[in-house]
Amino acid sequence: MSSLLSWSLAFSLGCLSVAMAMALLRMLIGPRAQDRVLAFDCFYTNTMLLILALGVRYRSGSYFEAALLIALFGFVGSTAMSKFLLRGEVIE
Amino acid sequence: MTAGASPWLDIVSTAFLLVGALAALIGSFGVLRLGTFFQRVHAPTLGATLGTWCIVLATIARGSFARDQPSGRAALIAVFIALTAPITTIFLLRAAIFRERLRGPASGAASRAG
Repeated sequence: MSSLLSWSLAFSLGCLSVAMAMALLRMLIGPRAQDRVLAFDCFYTNTMLLILALGVRYRSGSYFEAALLIALFGFVGSTAMSKFLLRGEVIE
Repeated sequence: MTAGASPWLDIVSTAFLLVGALAALIGSFGVLRLGTFFQRVHAPTLGATLGTWCIVLATIARGSFARDQPSGRAALIAVFIALTAPITTIFLLRAAIFRERLRGPASGAASRAG
């Protein structure tokens, strides 16, 4: 792996970690519940991108499955929370 | 042919990784900094579209080179995010509009929200 790619991988991992921290901060200080759900949506997208970049770095195929599972369960979770905010119950 | 990587592959992967990570960073910064909820809901789409597609393309390029055959299965993630992110956003916006209406435009209507 060339030094250019390893440098850019380190920079990308740092950027995505800072992005996760920003989303987490909005999740903590969000004034209302919909702000927290929006921050969670942003947070799991950043987590998925971080795991994909880790898969590029360590050249392993297992990170792909982890990223796919995070995308799947993040979608289910944030949709369920939005439905709960709309109706007061998830399945009616 | 695993030791002598083409420099073009490194340059393309580097560009995709940097653009994707910076897009995700700008999107999260918008989530943190913008003023109201209806402004903030625009920001994460930057990371969900440009960020996801760029990092997935970098993953495909590196994975295809490492296995010496084209492997496009990482595109599943980008397609899945492209399908599900609008659904989540629409649900969340409907919930937010409902809650804002329930709260009422004036403070006098706030008693109904309990």
